[in-house]
Amino acid sequence: MAQGWGLGALINLDHYGHYIQWHVIQISVANLIVIILMVATFVAALFAPFPGRRNRKGTK
Amino acid sequence: MSNAQIERQWTSRLRHRVVDKLPPERLLPDTQPAYVASWIYVFGVTTMAALGIVILTGIILALDGPQWWHSSSLGHFVNSMHLWSVEIFFFAMVVHLWGKFSMAAWRGGRSMTWVTGGVTFLASILAGFTGYVSQTNFDSQWISTQAKDGINSTGGGAFFNVLNLGQMLMWHIVLLPLAAVVLTGLHVIMVRVKGVVPPFDDNAEVSA
Amino acid sequence: MTKKAFRPDVDAPDYKGAYVPYDIIKEGAIAVLVVLILTAALAIVFSSPDEKAVTIKTWSNADAVDFAQTAGDELTGTSGVAGYGAPYNNGGESQHWGFLSPEKWIGVHIAINTTNDFVINPLSDQPAQPALTKALNQWKSASSTTQAAWGAAYSKVEANLTYTNGQVHIPTTAAGPIPVLLNYVTQMARSGALDQALIAQNGFYTTNYTKPLLFISDGTYFAGLATKQHLAGDQWGMMNETGQYPGQAWLWLYTFWYQISPYNTSASGDFLVWGTMMILTALLILLPFIPGLRSIPRRLKIYRIIWREHYATEA
Repeated sequence: MAQGWGLGALINLDHYGHYIQWHVIQISVANLIVIILMVATFVAALFAPFPGRRNRKGTK
Repeated sequence: MSNAQIERQWTSRLRHRVVDKLPPERLLPDTQPAYVASWIYVFGVTTMAALGIVILTGIILALDGPQWWHSSSLGHFVNSMHLWSVEIFFFAMVVHLWGKFSMAAWRGGRSMTWVTGGVTFLASILAGFTGYVSQTNFDSQWISTQAKDGINSTGGGAFFNVLNLGQMLMWHIVLLPLAAVVLTGLHVIMVRVKGVVPPFDDNAEVSA
Repeated sequence: MTKKAFRPDVDAPDYKGAYVPYDIIKEGAIAVLVVLILTAALAIVFSSPDEKAVTIKTWSNADAVDFAQTAGDELTGTSGVAGYGAPYNNGGESQHWGFLSPEKWIGVHIAINTTNDFVINPLSDQPAQPALTKALNQWKSASSTTQAAWGAAYSKVEANLTYTNGQVHIPTTAAGPIPVLLNYVTQMARSGALDQALIAQNGFYTTNYTKPLLFISDGTYFAGLATKQHLAGDQWGMMNETGQYPGQAWLWLYTFWYQISPYNTSASGDFLVWGTMMILTALLILLPFIPGLRSIPRRLKIYRIIWREHYATEA
């Protein structure tokens, strides 16, 4: 099936994808990883401490 | 020419309007409100950075034409960078959207900032779509023959023929990048003019 | 003069607090560098897909039966494209919701007559051969009623069409010149000449692949390849990419509607999906002006996390 350039990649993604099915939802593993990463990034951005606190405390 | 005459000129009036609305220190500020203290604030600039890489890699792809990447390993690498920068672009844009929604960033006369952001999202989806159908491979064939049904159902297919490679490619490399850049520019200028939206006044709510 | 009431979801308080140093150019430069490195890393590790395009030549060589059957449908005007409707022809009913039918109002703009465009004209441009010339003349001189009768006879036995020893076999003698025409067009397809004929009809240069793409999309071979890659409409295909690559996750809501009724059962399913998405998109873009919806962030209270330092300082 692979007519693409998977040879150029370190990890060859030129195989038929894996899909997860749950009722009417069908999602590829790749897309699921992307979505999970997006949610994780959003949550991390909310909670991760932001540098420069001393700066903000000092000025008025 | 009197001073009054000079001030009435179109040039003078336009310059005054622009400089009053967006003086240099607001266009390129060196301070920001102390409440801008969260990593959620980096996703707007990350989206713009990704857009810059998308355009840069697109320019390189344009140098040798739309077929180059099929037969050149360098071309294929540039195509890969173009694809992944698009993925990062949408990733950052959506996280940026979630953040701005959480802040209700349209408050305080900033509704047009939200509107331009939303329209930029749409233009980006269209730009991505025209890119997919310009790949000149199986993907382009499948995506275009599928998408035609949705677009045809609105009557738009009569004018926007997704099976017409020439048309799709020109929308992708001329019209839509222009739209994306102009819309992004307007969006960012609005942020600079209005400033970053202040926090909700929770104390006022509690005491009310 | 009465003071205007403060609307917490519309208005913003005046900020009179502290400002801190901020290097906007440095921030931009760092963002560009980070995204550049991340992009290059992803490109090196994963590359990008490039599945070769299907041609009418590859299709007809891989599955001559499917090709010949599709060509038969195009010739007899019973294919998907022949019965599509606007913007290609008046062969089918346009999609609509109630009286709303912009597809119908705008009408035919990209005229496709599958009988002539996909079969008769390409064959007529071929170098003359006695059997082909005879079959073409027989078809062209026949009345539409006669042609329809031949078509009906062909359709009855279409499922039993076979391809052996380089010849298309159609088990009927009542289909007039159709078997001969299909035989020649299949040979033409397998040689690659049909790909060329379909795009060169308007002259030497073209960048418009409407005709060969519509022809290819009418067969089952092309759709079969896509289904194997999970790209079909009922497989959430719009979100997916070939291979194991991530696709277009941002299209999740657009493709979702195609999985459920009434969108996946209605003949106007595409129009219903677009209508739904246009309304939802308008709601998203006009969110600042919609009471109730614009209150959600304040009620969700995620902002308490974002501005926690500010609220702690204020307190």
